[in-house]
Order: sequence, then C-alpha cells, then structure tokens
Amino acid sequence: MNSTWSRFNITSIVLGFAFLYLPIVLLIVFSFNESKLVTVWGGFSTKWYVSLFHNQGLMDATWVTARVGVISATVATVLGTLAAITLTRYTRFKGRVLFSGMVFAPLVMPEVITGLSLLLLFVAVGLDRGFVTVTLAHITFTMCFVAVVVQSRLVTFDRSLEEAAMDLGAPPVKTFFQITLPVILPAIISGWMLAFTLSLDDLVIASFTSGPGATTLPMKIYSQVRLGVTPEINAACTILIAVVAVGVIIASIANKRREIQRQLDERAAQRG
Amino acid sequence: MKSLGSIRRDFSPWNDPNAKPYIQFDKVTKKFGDFTAVNNLSLTIFEREFFALLGASGCGKSTLLRMLAGFEEPSAGRILLDGQDLRGIPPYKRPVNMMFQSYALFPHMTVEKNIAFGLKQEGMPGPDVEKRVAEMLKLVKLEQFAKRKPHQLSGGQRQRVALARSVAKRPKVLLLDEPLGALDKKLREETQFELMDLQQELGLTFVVVTHDQEEAMTMADRIAIMDKGEVMQVATPAEIYEAPASRFVAHFVGNVNMFEGKVAEHMTSTTRITGATGAQIVVDNGSNAAAGSDIIFAIRPEKIKVSSKKPADAVNALEGEVYDVAYLGDMTVYHIKLDDGQIVRASALNASRITEDPLTWNDRAWVSFRPDAGVVLTR
Repeated sequence: MNSTWSRFNITSIVLGFAFLYLPIVLLIVFSFNESKLVTVWGGFSTKWYVSLFHNQGLMDATWVTARVGVISATVATVLGTLAAITLTRYTRFKGRVLFSGMVFAPLVMPEVITGLSLLLLFVAVGLDRGFVTVTLAHITFTMCFVAVVVQSRLVTFDRSLEEAAMDLGAPPVKTFFQITLPVILPAIISGWMLAFTLSLDDLVIASFTSGPGATTLPMKIYSQVRLGVTPEINAACTILIAVVAVGVIIASIANKRREIQRQLDERAAQRG
Repeated sequence: MKSLGSIRRDFSPWNDPNAKPYIQFDKVTKKFGDFTAVNNLSLTIFEREFFALLGASGCGKSTLLRMLAGFEEPSAGRILLDGQDLRGIPPYKRPVNMMFQSYALFPHMTVEKNIAFGLKQEGMPGPDVEKRVAEMLKLVKLEQFAKRKPHQLSGGQRQRVALARSVAKRPKVLLLDEPLGALDKKLREETQFELMDLQQELGLTFVVVTHDQEEAMTMADRIAIMDKGEVMQVATPAEIYEAPASRFVAHFVGNVNMFEGKVAEHMTSTTRITGATGAQIVVDNGSNAAAGSDIIFAIRPEKIKVSSKKPADAVNALEGEVYDVAYLGDMTVYHIKLDDGQIVRASALNASRITEDPLTWNDRAWVSFRPDAGVVLTR
C-alpha cells in the first residue's frame, strides 16, 4: 500500500474536512462571542451559555424534545424489533414481500409527504395536535430504521441457540427472553439510539404534526433564527453537538475495548 | 472389572427376540414441500445402545435426529420412545437432549450457567443445581473454566461444554449431531474414546449422526447406513464391513472390488460364479442367489493376495499386470489390471521391512483370494 503524503492527498483531505466541519467550528467559536452580533467577534465570553439556561422557551423545547425522543425511540424499538423478527423468521407467509416493502418504504419517503399525510390523518380522526401527535409521528418514521438495524443482526443469528434452549426445557417465550433478546441486545440498543437521534434531529415532520405547547428544540431554533440568529442559539447548538459527540466517542471507545478484550481472550483460549 | 471391549461384546439386545425396543421409528416419512427427506423408514434402537446414523449429506440422517428431538414432526408414521408416542410433544417437554453440531453455546452465559440452564428449566433447587454442575465440570475436566464465557475457550473445550450441558439433565437419550465434526483429526480420535467411556459411565442411549465412517465404526454398537431417506442396512460395524447387504453399502464403507457375473452353480453353501468375461470364482459364503441370476461379487482389497506366480493351492486366482503401486509405509496398495481389462485394488500389509517378492509396474502378477473372502450381492 502506498502511504506517502502527496500534495494532492493533503489538499483533498484539508478541503474535505473543511467542507464538513468549517460551519460547525464557526458555530462553536461564535457561541463564545462577547458581542451580540453573530458575525462580528467581540472577545471571549460564556455569557450566552448562562442566558441560555434562563431562556424558558428554549429550556421547555429541550424538555419536550427529550421526552418525545425517549418515548418514541422506546416504542419504535419495540415495534421495529417485532417487525424485524417477523420478517426474518416467518419467511413464508402470504404477502411477505408487500409487508417488508411497506415496512421499509418510510426510509425513502420524503419527510414532507410523511409529515403531511400524518397531519391529514390526525385531523381526520380529530386528534388535537400536540405532544401525543409528534410522538406518534416520530414512532412511525423511526420504526423502520430500528427494523433495518435489528434485522441485519437477526439474519446472522444462529437459530440452533434457540433450539438448544428449547431442547433443554425452555418454552418459546422463555427462550426469547433468556436467549434471543440478550444476544441481539446490542443491535436493539443501536436501533434505539438511532431512533432517538433521528427524533432529536427532526424538524420537518415535527412542524407538521406538532401543536401549541409541544414545540421541539429544532422547531424552536428554526423559528428563532427566522427572527435573527442570536449567540444564544449558537450556544444551544454547541451543547447539542457536545452531547452527541461525547455519546459517539464513549460508544466507540467501549466498542473498541470490547473488541480488543475479545481478541485477547480468544488468543488466550487458543493457547489453552 | 470388565473391560469396555468385553462389555460391548456381551451387549447385543438386537439379537434377543424378547428385548424391548427403546426408540422406535415406525414407517416414518418426512416431506419438506416436494422433497422427501425421510421415506417410510422403520428403525429400532435399544436402551444403552450407542447407535450411529451414517450417510452422505442430504440422506435424511439429521432430519431423523431432529424429529426425535421434536424440532420437526413426521409427515406420516410414529416415533415411540420407551413405549410413548412422541407426536405433538414439543421439544422442551421431551426427555431427550441434543448436542448440536455448532455446539450452540449461549454466548452471553459462562460455562457454569450454560450447564445449569437445563437444570434450572426443570425447577431443580439451587444447591442441587450447583452440585450437578460441579459434577459435570469434573466429568469433562473443565473445573477451572467454570467462570469463562464460550468465546474464551478453545474448540475442544467448547465441545466438552456442549457435551456437559446436554448430559446434565440425564436425558433418556442423548442425540449427537456430528459431535466431532469441528475438531481437528488428532483431537477427534481422542474424543471418540472419551465419548465411548462417557456413554458407558452414564449408561445412556446415544444416537449419533455422522458422515465420517471411521467415527461411526469406532464408536457405535450398531450403524444404520442411510441413503435418500431410507435405511440401507442396520448392523454392527464388523457386519457392515464384512457382510454388506448391497452394492451401495459395500461401496459406501471402505474400499471394495466388484465383479459382475452370473451364478453358474449353487450348492448347499458354495456358489460358483462365471464372470462377465468368463473367469470362474468360487464363493463359500452361504449366498442364496439362484443359479442363472445376475449378481455382484464384492471383495475388500486387503483380502486379496498379490504374487508374481500363481499360488499352488489357490481356489480363486486371476492373472493380470501391475498397473499402479502406491507405497503408503504401513502398507502397499496395488492396482492390478486383469487380462479382461478390469482393475483390481489389493492392499498388502508391510509386515517385514523388505518384501521378498517385490512387484513393480508392468510386471505380470496373480491375484488370489480364499472362497470365503468376499460376498455375493444380489442388489
């Protein structure tokens, strides 16, 4: 493998990373700006972080987002896991192709359409728009992502584990909770985290399906930006980025550690 | 104390007309869609027997085992265990346990918990579970590995955990699906004997599925040779080898030479055969083939003697030319091309270091064998 750093390589890496991260770096830098003007540097300060915690509107929106995220991710994980199990295990029922297509369609469905159709549904059944409707909408569109993640794990799942459990006297339900679930748990957790992140992130569907008193953080930020960007928003976004980054870093370190430990164990086992 | 060999020699319930069958397959058929995996099969296995199902992949042997375990239901026929019809009894209520080819150890549980799993399912009290687990760990010599997870074990150790887990509940029957398939050759040979000792020690009935004939011959009391969902022959390893019932069985187990021919004359115990090209063979093996019928004469390579001159006392001797010689150290394999064109395989044990009669390529040679050395096959 050729690993020399040619000028071309360096240029493309710098440009690539700048393209990806320059906006985010700018946002973080200006969140520490003393000046009220977003684009003019007026010295270092953390005052916007302090004022952020006194901005009731933003704090409420954060709380709503967190609750919507946790509830919708949890429900979506349960439903998505069930769908994945059905699709991998019962490969012969009638209409399976149609069913699996329908489960995965929301993956590629434009969010505007999902949002609009959900709005029409909620209006038709007379459900007042608010916390419940946003949560329901988020369950709907994140469920298929969970199903994809869990299904990819189930495809490689060794069915003889379940047979062994039943052979040793565990009825099907017990087998599921004592064997299947613990083994596929990492995939289910990834699915939950993906669903939570998607819910946290969503602006379009939330805008369609939310109502008074249930403004999510992305909606709040978007509406405030329309009135002019304040450094306070920058601060809020920086915190959001920090939370996500820390989560990702912890997850990948834990993963890497497990992998190394596993390799060490296996080498030790081979030696006897 | 009796040795294992002598216990085994005395054990032959299949010859006793009053022996009660333990496992009975009664005209069992299993179909998957259009494919018939097991076809109208009947088979009897006795208590404490070490029984092997031997066949190529796809012959239905695994399906048979899975029906016994309860993972598949027969499409027709019955399976009886100790007199009880197993139809409709789910796997978790059957008094049989299975050792899986992949071992199927629970990756999130320690060795100890894996072994205890089945005991806990039947509601055995905690202290008893601990005692039994300790007993099992001792049995498979894994005491110091109790707290390890499966991925922290070597292949051989995993195999032993799987074995301990499947015998922990003291099942009426232990089913073993290619139990040694994932081990390397040396370990496999050691483990064969361990399995045999274990079976004697626990006094269990073992049904093992394998495609490895050596494994089946070494371990089993009786072997069922299977092909295309049917049993071709059920017999002891020696009978299977020395008295195969059909061309398929003769071919499947070990090496064999086959001569096509017709029965020229049939006397009380002796059969005289005329080969397709006129060669005469006398067989003294109690075949019932009628005079004039088409038959196959089968003989194993090690029962054929190769010499440069025609042995004076030989009843059966055919002349040809050395076509190929393979020196394998412990023995030499000759391929002799007979004058009628057929190639005969003969193997000679190299008992002394220097052969007094060295034969080499293109030498004229005689193959000879005793009248009772081969068998007459009618199918």
